[in-house]
Amino acid sequence: MRELSRGLLASLWMVVLTAPLLVVRVNTTDKVVTWRWGNMLWMAIGSLLLFLAWRWAMARRGGDVQAADQDSWFDKLLARIGQGPLRLPVILGLVLVALVLPLFVSMYEMDIYARALIYVGLGLGLNIVVGMAGLLNLGYAAFFAVGSYTYALLNHHYALDFWLALPLGGLFAALFGVILALPVLRLRGDYLAIVTLGFGEIVRLVLQNWDSFSFGPSGIANIARPTLFGREFGVQDSAIFIYYIALALVAVVIFVTKRFQDSRVGRALLALREDEIACEAMGIDKTGVKVMAFALGASFAGVFGVVFAAKQAFINPDSFTFIESAMILSIVVLGGMGSIVGVAIAAIILQLMPEYFRFMADYRMLIFGAALVLMMLFRPEGLVRAKREHYTVKDLSPQTEDK
Amino acid sequence: MRAVLSVSGVSMDFGGLRALDSVDMEVREGEIVALIGPNGAGKTTFFNCITGIYAPTEGEVFVSPPGRDRINIRHRKPNQVTGLGLARTFQNIRLFPSMTALENVMIGRHCRTRAGLLGAIVRGPVTRREEKGIVERAYSLLVKVGLGRWANEVARNMPYGAQRRLEIARALATDPFLLLLDEPAAGMNPQETQDLKALVTRLRKEFELSILLIEHDMKMVMSVSDRVVVVEYGKKIAEGTPAEVSADPQVIKAYLGEESDA
Ligand SMILES: Nc1ncnc2c1ncn2[C@@H]1O[C@H](COP(=O)(O)OP(=O)(O)O)[C@@H](O)[C@H]1O
Ligand SMILES: [Mg+2]
Repeated sequence: MRELSRGLLASLWMVVLTAPLLVVRVNTTDKVVTWRWGNMLWMAIGSLLLFLAWRWAMARRGGDVQAADQDSWFDKLLARIGQGPLRLPVILGLVLVALVLPLFVSMYEMDIYARALIYVGLGLGLNIVVGMAGLLNLGYAAFFAVGSYTYALLNHHYALDFWLALPLGGLFAALFGVILALPVLRLRGDYLAIVTLGFGEIVRLVLQNWDSFSFGPSGIANIARPTLFGREFGVQDSAIFIYYIALALVAVVIFVTKRFQDSRVGRALLALREDEIACEAMGIDKTGVKVMAFALGASFAGVFGVVFAAKQAFINPDSFTFIESAMILSIVVLGGMGSIVGVAIAAIILQLMPEYFRFMADYRMLIFGAALVLMMLFRPEGLVRAKREHYTVKDLSPQTEDK
Repeated sequence: MRAVLSVSGVSMDFGGLRALDSVDMEVREGEIVALIGPNGAGKTTFFNCITGIYAPTEGEVFVSPPGRDRINIRHRKPNQVTGLGLARTFQNIRLFPSMTALENVMIGRHCRTRAGLLGAIVRGPVTRREEKGIVERAYSLLVKVGLGRWANEVARNMPYGAQRRLEIARALATDPFLLLLDEPAAGMNPQETQDLKALVTRLRKEFELSILLIEHDMKMVMSVSDRVVVVEYGKKIAEGTPAEVSADPQVIKAYLGEESDA
């Protein structure tokens, strides 16, 4: 009952708040005011229902507080696929689907899938920085830009080949990462977010305004498509070829991420997230380790930036705005920080959804925002909870214990 | 005997509070020195000053790693100090709670191993050998402190006494010549304390360590240490063999004073 009255109050408030927009319509040509009282009723009913649904959901969630720590049916399903004998067939099946996909879809769709794969790569790169190293980077698109412009400019001026630009783009982005990270990582977490945000904007503004260097807002066109051992492809085959390149690079990036996770440096990162002071007392140079993670993450963006430039054949600074950084960050957060599978799924969903739900295009950002908020409330760890395999001693018995 | 740690005139101010007031002290090679004093006397602060966590307001701290000249640790970061060969444990246990016992000790090997990004990705024979060495060394250290069967357990699920030993194993993994233990017996029952005492003496011999130890358990301090240093309100008030110190009127007053307060 109290809930109901509170709900009524909330909906009344919504009605008052939205009345000027929804109810009153001033027709300036006829100089008449139409009152659309119907809208007010819908608003009242809608907000009341939403409120009640919200309270219900919250109450249900409050009921089992430990839910957050327990595995839901979803986690169990993932664990069954991820660890059981199904693991290999599932991976092989996915790879197979990805490989034969170009046979079944149009060229337009091929382009969308290639873009989705680029975002998987970007998500995995930022995942190393944010998910594994715990460093909030709000200007990640800048490294993407560095990679793109590396290829675009070198190709424009020196006709540099795509395959040479690929490692170069990664290298340059990593270099930028180190230059940015070295001074900033000494600061505390919040400053890093602000500085990277600023860095992202600086890079974009420089590209936008330094006409003689980057051709400003008009960008660079006619960027060469990738060739295969000197063979060139037509427009159609090129789309497929780039899709395969992106697919292969995603595989490489997943491999690298896994290797990194299970390495000396990856282990140190994990420990750093648990206790920095203890880490330093154990002789870990925390700045050094974080810089490495930052640079590795940036290099992924650089590599996929090159692919992006080759796919678009035209780039300008508009592709590297803050919204882009925010989008990649959402991929990581929604997918589950630190989880390779989760980030990949989130990237694909977020990139493909808008294409297949075009009729909802007007509400895209609204739905996106609502999904983010709901996710944070009900599954803050993201789609897939990051799991890690522990180092273990297989054989505990042989050495006799000293007491 | 050569001094492995020599501290002269170290003071530490926190705002208006002088937590350490020109403390001098020495730890010689192979010695076990106990640092005692009432709560809040500045013992932990002293550890933080010699491990680089705090930069002392005044005074100098020198360490002499085996086979090297003495080194001033001023302006060195904690990880560099550990690199020189000082390793410590913490009064309020600071393990990596979601990592296993084995992984905790493996982290201790970080500063004695090399593999970087390239090694991680390529994972060539050198890196693989190094990784194997890390695991083996970590496990053998766990066995040495009697935690072999806990190796695969997540640190936060381990009993309190085992966590304290794990911190010691992790510190040993950094190949120290001087081990700093901050109240290693705190919260242990008499049997565990007894075992710990045996462990400390055994480790000194086996690893040729010098040990500086903060401890409240007087029985342990008296039986394990070669020398005792007493601090109160940040000042050193006495120093000597356990017998000398326990007969010192000032020390008795400091300790009786604390007890009548409580
Ligand atoms: N970081 C700090 N900031 C301010 N005061 C501190 C800090 N660390 C320790 N102190 C103060 O210094 C004094 C000594 O503390 P501590 O070294 O922890 O004592 P002990 O380890 O001998 O019990 C205490 O009064 C404590 O409150
Ligand atoms: Mg203390």
